[in-house]
Amino acid sequence: MDLQGFGHLLLSGAWVTVKLALTSLAFGLLFGLIGAAAKLSKFRFARILGTLYTTLVRGIPELLLVLSIYFGGSMLLMWLASFFGYTDYIEISAFAAGVAALSIAFGAYATEVFRAALIELPKGQWESAYALGMTGPQTFFRIILPQVWRLALPGLGNLFQVLLKDTALVSVVGLDELMRQAYVASGSTKEPFTFYMAAAFIYLGLTAIATASTMLMERASNPVSRGSRA
Amino acid sequence: MSQAQPALELVDIYKSYGNLEVLKGISLKANDGDVISILGSSGSGKSTLLRCINLLEHPNAGRIIVAGEELELKPAKDGYLDAASRPQLESMRSRIGFVFQSFNLWPHKTILDNIIEAPMRVLKQPRAQAVARAEELLARVGLADKRNAYPGNLSGGQQQRIAIARALAMDPQVLLFDEPTSALDPELVNEVLSVMHSLADEGRTMLIVTHEMRFAREVSSQVVFLHQGQIEEIGSPEQVFDNPKSARVRDFMSSHLS
Ligand SMILES: Nc1ncnc2c1ncn2[C@@H]1O[C@H](COP(=O)(O)OP(=O)(O)OP(=O)(O)O)[C@@H](O)[C@H]1O
Ligand SMILES: [Mg+2]
Repeated sequence: MDLQGFGHLLLSGAWVTVKLALTSLAFGLLFGLIGAAAKLSKFRFARILGTLYTTLVRGIPELLLVLSIYFGGSMLLMWLASFFGYTDYIEISAFAAGVAALSIAFGAYATEVFRAALIELPKGQWESAYALGMTGPQTFFRIILPQVWRLALPGLGNLFQVLLKDTALVSVVGLDELMRQAYVASGSTKEPFTFYMAAAFIYLGLTAIATASTMLMERASNPVSRGSRA
Repeated sequence: MSQAQPALELVDIYKSYGNLEVLKGISLKANDGDVISILGSSGSGKSTLLRCINLLEHPNAGRIIVAGEELELKPAKDGYLDAASRPQLESMRSRIGFVFQSFNLWPHKTILDNIIEAPMRVLKQPRAQAVARAEELLARVGLADKRNAYPGNLSGGQQQRIAIARALAMDPQVLLFDEPTSALDPELVNEVLSVMHSLADEGRTMLIVTHEMRFAREVSSQVVFLHQGQIEEIGSPEQVFDNPKSARVRDFMSSHLS
């Protein structure tokens, strides 16, 4: 495969893709946890917000989410700035818009994964910690979260695969990630097949690494035991 | 100081689930070293009573006093009482050991980590101290070699003995047991009962919900019989087992004593 000197372009794109995916993953996990907590909250208002979040976000194509955050975001900023007498065009960073869109989407699906894991965990796991005098946060972070994490890992791994591939959507707002660099390179060389194939192989490599990491993490988070959750 | 102050006192505990009144004014006093067995048929409110003591369930009314300190309660929604102060509740809970029917060990932690978790996090003990104490307790329940095992690798009887060690690691003033042997295969019941027996012998204050009649009769200083959320009969084991005043208790005994 002759990349005619565009190899580094693809690699720099791949690097942006990785950064975008990992940053979105971090925020997305946070959104997922918050979403699950909201949906399982004893407060009705929180439950309504949680349901609204997952229903809306899962009902909208990811591409539309990227576009509306990118353009809607700059409109919102300009509108806010106008109150301070600032009237120039404000552009928001394509990377930030991408992270926002992808993490919001990831979080909506992760909400369901975390929620299922939290429900699956027996109530006795909370109760035995509380009965010893542990605080709510101690119980959550030391007893519940590690177990929920273990239960949620396979589901989250799948979601991350999807996230990795969805990063390509952010190319539409001009972020120089892998997909866009492949597009640029094929435009300059008039050899689209070569560069899209190269990009496909890189995506495959990335998802393979993601799968392997998930498997390693599943093994690490799963001590000898599995039973005993009476 | 030497003034006899009950280790645990419950005053007029009421508890409903919706329209179902499960506890209808239960008062109970346990002095230091008392072993009180709580008997009663299924659904009579035994678990609910025990769980109200450390607020795993929220009573609708009543007072809970541990070694002279009253748990401050405030009305919450749906007519339940909630702790007025989380720190006080957590401190009281740390002094009330609770052993569950289903053990509820934490499967992602080793046996040792299960035992030292609360002493380190709640009592802020240094690790070395918590580990030393845990090792003592493991030896005491006969499981010193299981230190690094995970709960999933132990039998039910072993898990329950670890759960008892975990409760003891907090040096609680009162121990509550909710049917600690009901989830066990019959051949594993005795290893748990003998640990509990030794705790009674060393003068621990305990409330035990159990269906093990012979055991209850041997270790109890007092036996309480619950019926539909009320104390139907209370007295010495001899009285309640051999000479119950209530016909209901007599029926229960004749069907449960083989
Ligand atoms: N969370 C709950 N919601 C509604 N009703 C409940 C709840 N927990 C218990 N009850 C009801 O309260 C009553 C007393 O239950 P409890 O578990 O205290 O009985 P028990 O004496 O411990 O019975 P068992 O011997 O079967 O354990 C039962 O009628 C039960 O159905
Ligand atoms: Mg019960």
